[in-house]
Amino acid sequence: MAKKREASVGVVEPQKFTFARPPHELVLESGQKIGPITVTYETYGTLNAAKDNAILVVHALSGDAHAAGFHKKTDKKSGWWDIMIGPGKPVDTTRFFVVCSNVLGGCKGTTGPSSINPKTGKPYGISFPVVTIGDMVTVQKHLLDHLGIQKLHSVIGGSMGGMQVLEWVLQYPDISKSAIVVASCAALSAQAIAFDAVGRNAITADPAWKNGKYAGNARIPGLAVARMLGHITYLSEAGMRERFGRTLYENDDYSYEFKDEFAIETYLAYKGSTFLDRFDANSYLYVTKAMDYYDVAAQYGKGSLEKAFSRVKAKMMFVSFTSDWLFPPRQSIEMVHAFQKSGKDAAYLNIDTAYGHDSFLLPCDRLFRGIRNFLLHVKDSGEA
Amino acid sequence: MYKELYKTTTFTEIARIVEPGSRVLDLGCGDGALLDLLEKVKKVSGLGIDIDEEAVVGALERGITAVCEDFDSALTHYKKSMYDYVILSQTLQVVKRPDHLLSEIVRVGKKAIVTFPNFAYYRVRLRLMFGGRMPKSKILPWEWFNTPNIHLLTINDFRNFCRTHGIRILKAVYFGSKVRRRAVSLLSNLLSEEALFVIERKK
Repeated sequence: MAKKREASVGVVEPQKFTFARPPHELVLESGQKIGPITVTYETYGTLNAAKDNAILVVHALSGDAHAAGFHKKTDKKSGWWDIMIGPGKPVDTTRFFVVCSNVLGGCKGTTGPSSINPKTGKPYGISFPVVTIGDMVTVQKHLLDHLGIQKLHSVIGGSMGGMQVLEWVLQYPDISKSAIVVASCAALSAQAIAFDAVGRNAITADPAWKNGKYAGNARIPGLAVARMLGHITYLSEAGMRERFGRTLYENDDYSYEFKDEFAIETYLAYKGSTFLDRFDANSYLYVTKAMDYYDVAAQYGKGSLEKAFSRVKAKMMFVSFTSDWLFPPRQSIEMVHAFQKSGKDAAYLNIDTAYGHDSFLLPCDRLFRGIRNFLLHVKDSGEA
Repeated sequence: MYKELYKTTTFTEIARIVEPGSRVLDLGCGDGALLDLLEKVKKVSGLGIDIDEEAVVGALERGITAVCEDFDSALTHYKKSMYDYVILSQTLQVVKRPDHLLSEIVRVGKKAIVTFPNFAYYRVRLRLMFGGRMPKSKILPWEWFNTPNIHLLTINDFRNFCRTHGIRILKAVYFGSKVRRRAVSLLSNLLSEEALFVIERKK
């Protein structure tokens, strides 16, 4: 652990920024208005005098602003992408100024359904307007403006983070010199939407959910079920076989009772249960809905991905993992081909791994080297 | 060692042929050494494709844009004449369908550059004739059971293919100890260890 902390950004403190105060509420893609909006974010490294060494890191479904380092010296767990971000790491904080914020609609310090609606004095709950990936990125743009950052060296994210990366280079083509989309897609597949739908149903079918009007500290078992399902989709058959197999957690023999017995069962139950401590059921509904709605070709290219990508100016890199069946390599290849068709070259790394979608959060030498070197070779604007 | 030497001569020759500022697609780009050279000396805008992810990471380390993909089937989405040059350096003999790939590269590239080991080289012939076993050499170092070269060919095979498939040969360069480069010789098929062709689709 001591060694790990040497390469860490150390103890970091989340910061807050509030904007869109009434009557200047933010108009969302849906046409609805929301304000004020508070954004919780963290930064690592130092912004240089030219203010051109900033990298925006965007998080996935259950992520937050805490991408690297520790909140307290005694913390056992570091930020969610601590293996990627830090001094000497692929996203090197001795070179780059890294910003990561919690998404709009989230529950980790940025305004979302669990926030208090100033008009009622109660949590928004499901009266919170439906937000989109585009809205999340618009909020991040306000944060960068607040920080005085006009240009980004890169914007990087995996999974839902990758969708925000795409949205960044589409909605603001002149801001970021480069972009890295990891284990993501330009639009969720029917299969991925199906899993999201089952997750949402697990929540809304739970009486404890109370039509979204549960008390702030209520535990919604349906959310744990949604998380268990999600976890299955983040792993792979081979990965589960290797890690759990048919091993029984405690007993040597079957108990002939309906309790968690197999190691995979207790693992999922544990993951589901701990998720209740750190995530809001309504946020889960909103954030998965935002993912389901996202469709680059429909929004920017009248159905054509190639046409949509023709507006992109950033140098692109895509990464997929061979065993990822939630965001399969095919979806990354489609984006790479669409870029090539629109006359732009995009780098693409398809990494052979057995650990499924979650691979992007695991140590992986080729992922590290690919991202490190891609970032080092991003040149100033004007380079294709 | 020899492979490096080979690379130096053919890479230098390719760098001589490609016009400055060209748009180049290198199929089977490996670690991007050729594109690196072309970007440095000819300021080309290059894209490499290789099936090997370690090769693609190597190319990224050089600052070369590369795509990790099996191009045996991957050229269909490329538009006609998208690139000034499509390069197939020491790659033709390892793909599943060289015939499909050759017709694709002259569609996608205004011109294409192909290099390959010549299986009719006299030393290869001698080894087969007198050794009675699959020939091995510095440029063909593998055993029959582990060679990636599944479609070995000769210079005459290549010329014949072009003639019958609507491909025009714009230039041929031969490499071999007994042959002077660029020698237009009836004996090229016998005396060349490697060959380089610049080709295009007949209009």
